Amino acid sequence: MPKHDNNISRTSKIRMLKVAPYIFTAPFVIYFLVFFIYPITSTFWTSLCQQVGFAPPKYAGLANYKLLMDDYFKMAVQNSTLYTFFTCLILIPLPLFLAVLLDSKFVVRAEIFKSALFIPALTSVVMAGLFFKYAFSSNPAALMNSFIGLFHIAPQGWLEKRTTTWIVLVLFCVWKWLGVNIVYYLSALQTVPKELYEAATIDGANAWNRFRHITVPGVKPTIIYVLTISIYGGFSMFAEAFTLFNSARTPGDIGATIVSYIYAQGFNRNNFGIASAAGITLLAGVMIINIIQLKITDPVGKRND
Amino acid sequence: MTKKKIGLTILGTLVVGIFAVVALMPFFFLFISSFKPGSEMIRNGLQFKFDFENYSLVNYGLIKTERDGIYLKWYVNSIVIMVIQVALGLFFSSLVGYGLAKYRFKGRNLIFVLVLMVMMVPVEILILPLYKEINSFSMIDTYAGVVLPFIVPATGVFFFRQFASGLPTEIMESGRIDGCGEFGIFFRLMMPIMLPAYGAMTILLAMGSWNSMVWPMIVLRTSEMQTLPIGLQSLLTPYGNNYDLLLSGAVMSVLPIMVIFLLNQKTFIAGMAAGSVKG
Repeated sequence: MPKHDNNISRTSKIRMLKVAPYIFTAPFVIYFLVFFIYPITSTFWTSLCQQVGFAPPKYAGLANYKLLMDDYFKMAVQNSTLYTFFTCLILIPLPLFLAVLLDSKFVVRAEIFKSALFIPALTSVVMAGLFFKYAFSSNPAALMNSFIGLFHIAPQGWLEKRTTTWIVLVLFCVWKWLGVNIVYYLSALQTVPKELYEAATIDGANAWNRFRHITVPGVKPTIIYVLTISIYGGFSMFAEAFTLFNSARTPGDIGATIVSYIYAQGFNRNNFGIASAAGITLLAGVMIINIIQLKITDPVGKRND
Repeated sequence: MTKKKIGLTILGTLVVGIFAVVALMPFFFLFISSFKPGSEMIRNGLQFKFDFENYSLVNYGLIKTERDGIYLKWYVNSIVIMVIQVALGLFFSSLVGYGLAKYRFKGRNLIFVLVLMVMMVPVEILILPLYKEINSFSMIDTYAGVVLPFIVPATGVFFFRQFASGLPTEIMESGRIDGCGEFGIFFRLMMPIMLPAYGAMTILLAMGSWNSMVWPMIVLRTSEMQTLPIGLQSLLTPYGNNYDLLLSGAVMSVLPIMVIFLLNQKTFIAGMAAGSVKG
């Protein structure tokens, strides 16, 4: 750009100032239309059609949604919901507790532990899945079975029963995300004024009361954030179950999740209509949760400036 | 230090230490197993026993020899896809994020709400229609098919918007006085001061790309085109006898990341946590 074109045309510059933001944001708008709105609209349309594979679709009303009411889909929804519930139950308080501990003066070499706890987040699901699959092997001499053997619990066929399968999957999730959530909480803890703790201590508040009345309110935005991503991750979980069973289908559907249902119906059975109906149902659920979340936190209003 | 304090310090370190050991356990056991025949792990599971005299580097040799070096092809594919995805993702998301942060224009809030919406909808819901779309573009089994649906990462837009909001607007003003155009201001003045944001986003996007499985698995059909996660996953078929490569391959896929992480822990953690710049 030449340096001395100030007087060339003021008007064209002012026009540029008006146009520039639209050019800057255009990539997202195009992306949004092509890879978000279009796929969602097409899913919605497909969910109302009878379509097998790439054959032309035939309008079929809500037939696919009625077909969704089978045991397989119910199992998938139930599994995903319980998984989300239990991962939230662990992955919200436990990392907070560990973050407070790491932030306190009661842990030596906290930096090393922080890094060690963070490392699982760097691995692919495939690699971590290898460990979980074979550490929880049904062989009595395998890692987990010999561990529970110390407490005189009989060896389990972990991935053969529904309850134990989901224990493995929840542990998998906790293992992978614990460190990341600790990092979120640690950075939130730095924003809580230290004077508050000192004042509370002088007033005679014990550790639990300081935690409850100063720490928890201080990191509340992060708690809400962790809750949001945990719900998001919980309901969209698929890769973990896929690697454990090496398939979207599992014997007796014990490992089914909502997304594995979509995948199996769409890619293994070519039932695009039913798969799309499941997708739209999940989307509706996610949207309801998000709207509630947006209402509570109001990111647009607050971040406007 | 009082006795009580010493006791609490031992207890605190012990609790955190136990969690840290559990966090590192999978790496330890997979690393140990990678020196033994893969079929042993498949048959007997991972066990707490170490028969060091049977260890060998045979599995690591397979990295070069198995099916004419198919593993190295996966490695190259993973790197190429990661580089393209990160470069384009950084470019577009910084452009949009900066535009949203630094200009007041009609539709700004709407676009930002749409960004949040994309961030909040799990992409897994869209795999089916995206597959059909990419198929209609004849991009199945190509790098482009893997990258295109994630070319403007919403998390990136959100992050760059937050970052750019905190930058002084005076720089833009002085740029305009000096005769810089709006794009000159972005590329010459703002991009350099946004470098920390680029650093953090590079790590977040690169890790996402390197480890992503579901979408590449759908798009990449032939073995020669696959990336590390899906290539390794494909070795787990009941018919295959490639379990030996599975273990050494898994170790080699994570080793470089571990090394880079250990050298830049602070940047890495900041980058991975960048998704949470809220409130």
